[in-house]
Amino acid sequence: MFVAEALRGPGLAAFRVGRFGCRQAGMWSLSMVTDQAAANEASPDRRAPAGVEWQEHPDLRLIASGDWIVTQLSGVTGQLGAHRTERARLDVSHMGEVDTAGAFALARLTGGAAALRNSGRDDLDRLAELIERSGEPEAPRQTRPHGLFGFFVRTGERVETLWHEAYGSMVFAGRLTLTLGHTLAAPRRLRLTPLFAMMEAVGVNALPIVFTMTFFIGAVIALVGANLLTTLGVSVFTVELVGVAILREFGVVIAAILLAGRSASSFAAELGSMRMNQETHAMQVMGVDRFHALVVPRVLAALLMMPILTFVADIGGLVGGLLVSWITMDLSPTFFISRLIETVELRHFWIGMSKAPFLALLIAAIGCRQGLLVEGDTQSLGRHVTAAVVHAIFLIIMFDAIFAVIFMVLDL
Amino acid sequence: MSDPGNGDAAVPPICVRGLRTAFGEHVVHEDLDLDVCRGEILAVVGGSGSGKSVLLNTILGLKEPDGGAIEVFGRDLADEKARDELERRAGVLFQNGALYSTLTVIENVEAPFLEHVRLPPDFVRDLARLKIGLVGLEASAGDKRPADLSGGMRKRAGMARAIALDPDLLFLDEPTAGLDPVGAASFDTLVRDLRDAMGLTVFMITHDLDTIYAICDRVAVLADRHVAAIGPVAEMERSDHPWIREFFGGPRGRAAREKQS
Repeated sequence: MFVAEALRGPGLAAFRVGRFGCRQAGMWSLSMVTDQAAANEASPDRRAPAGVEWQEHPDLRLIASGDWIVTQLSGVTGQLGAHRTERARLDVSHMGEVDTAGAFALARLTGGAAALRNSGRDDLDRLAELIERSGEPEAPRQTRPHGLFGFFVRTGERVETLWHEAYGSMVFAGRLTLTLGHTLAAPRRLRLTPLFAMMEAVGVNALPIVFTMTFFIGAVIALVGANLLTTLGVSVFTVELVGVAILREFGVVIAAILLAGRSASSFAAELGSMRMNQETHAMQVMGVDRFHALVVPRVLAALLMMPILTFVADIGGLVGGLLVSWITMDLSPTFFISRLIETVELRHFWIGMSKAPFLALLIAAIGCRQGLLVEGDTQSLGRHVTAAVVHAIFLIIMFDAIFAVIFMVLDL
Repeated sequence: MSDPGNGDAAVPPICVRGLRTAFGEHVVHEDLDLDVCRGEILAVVGGSGSGKSVLLNTILGLKEPDGGAIEVFGRDLADEKARDELERRAGVLFQNGALYSTLTVIENVEAPFLEHVRLPPDFVRDLARLKIGLVGLEASAGDKRPADLSGGMRKRAGMARAIALDPDLLFLDEPTAGLDPVGAASFDTLVRDLRDAMGLTVFMITHDLDTIYAICDRVAVLADRHVAAIGPVAEMERSDHPWIREFFGGPRGRAAREKQS
């Protein structure tokens, strides 16, 4: 039923490519030149694929058949690339429906929309007019440099972005410091309602998950430590291990990582969607300082709540260690606690706590900065929320390492 | 007008009967009847909260009706097939364009092609450029993202996407809102020219009296939860429904009428 042959060559009088489907009125074929009735009998359920035949005698003529609508064009698109220089005459006596896509394809084949005129069909005339008005589409395509040159270009671009990023971070840190200073100097400028709302979202709501997380971390440390230390015959040192590890490192780091995952992301998403919605612009023209209204409450909330989160994390970790020691090594809770007080100096707790405000400031500032960097589209929102979390966690670990070195040098 | 001959010319593209929609206790439409004729430009007007957008969403199948029937191209919308057909044969311009913000304009216009037809990418790109040109956007706008466009350009880009597949039915939600008068007038001309050339049926929600006087064949007024009146503008002017009189008889209505005559 389908004819799909391509006979090309200078000597050939005609070549044809096309598919001719079956209609209710009967088979369509190229020889049925007089079969005009079928063309006018289209219905949405019985559409025929577009077909094309070239006839070179007596004059160059394109005979279009089938329905030239966008869903039926796949059979003829193979020819569209081969532009013909001479203008071909168009024979539409076999053509069914036509839409802009079909007319555009015909214009391509016949060498311009002008050839569609005077074909005897009103709809084709109007479509030709539309296409002419739109102008022949041209391809303004940009090519990116490639090869060695492209490598240098990309490296340069990346260095430049890095520089801009560093510069932007410094500007942000400067403005944040200034605004925080202003707030300290004039505490009445502090917005209490958003601050308390943020403290609830950032701190209070995070307490259960922080406690649970460090509980399990403490339990795991105790379990692993007990196994190792029992073989050495010093299983009581498990208490010291748990105490130092949790109080000095894990409590604060786990709390910080959770703060980054929960709050840095939500800061970035909140501020980002406010930017997409032009709310930050509205604030600006109303004379509301974005840093005062948006950034300061968030940063302060994180700053105030982080020590509490760290404290709860410490308790969670110690409870986890205590329970595991009790179950696996039969160390009674009273013994665990008295041994903890005896052997683990209080300074470990304070060292852990001292890191909390730094990390809180870092996390909240990164979240807010990434949020304010969001541009109009959703992709950029996603990108900056991801960046907020990734940067925050990266810097948490890095700063923790720096702190470890500092405390070691200070012999603490 | 020589219709492209879909064979179902007798069937109205949209036929709503006894429609009832409600959000909980709040009833938006009650016993609403509406016919949209083939090839016409129908304006749907009504005060804020009269349920114009809800009606549009219900016809588009975005909201389930609570009663009554909607037929699109002669098929009940409750039928899965009718929804498929609607998706393929209708184009929608949402109020704010609803362009995919992660894609460039030209990719937005290409999106319906990729979803519904199999054509070579180069040809699709050229067709998308044609549509972008048709709605009066410059070719360079095609490579921009929606966020970088002005409101009017975004509307035009949305229009280019709506007409991408040469739909039989075009839904426009406040197409001229937020456009400057010159831009609005050229948008009106665009809609009329597209209707004339492509044999479109246009369902348009609008408040723009200039648009109504310039291009709309009929006006349907939504009030009191149903279509309070439907007919040519001249007929609406003679109505004694209070809202309709206020709408067409107010200073803006008079100005629009004088501009046309």
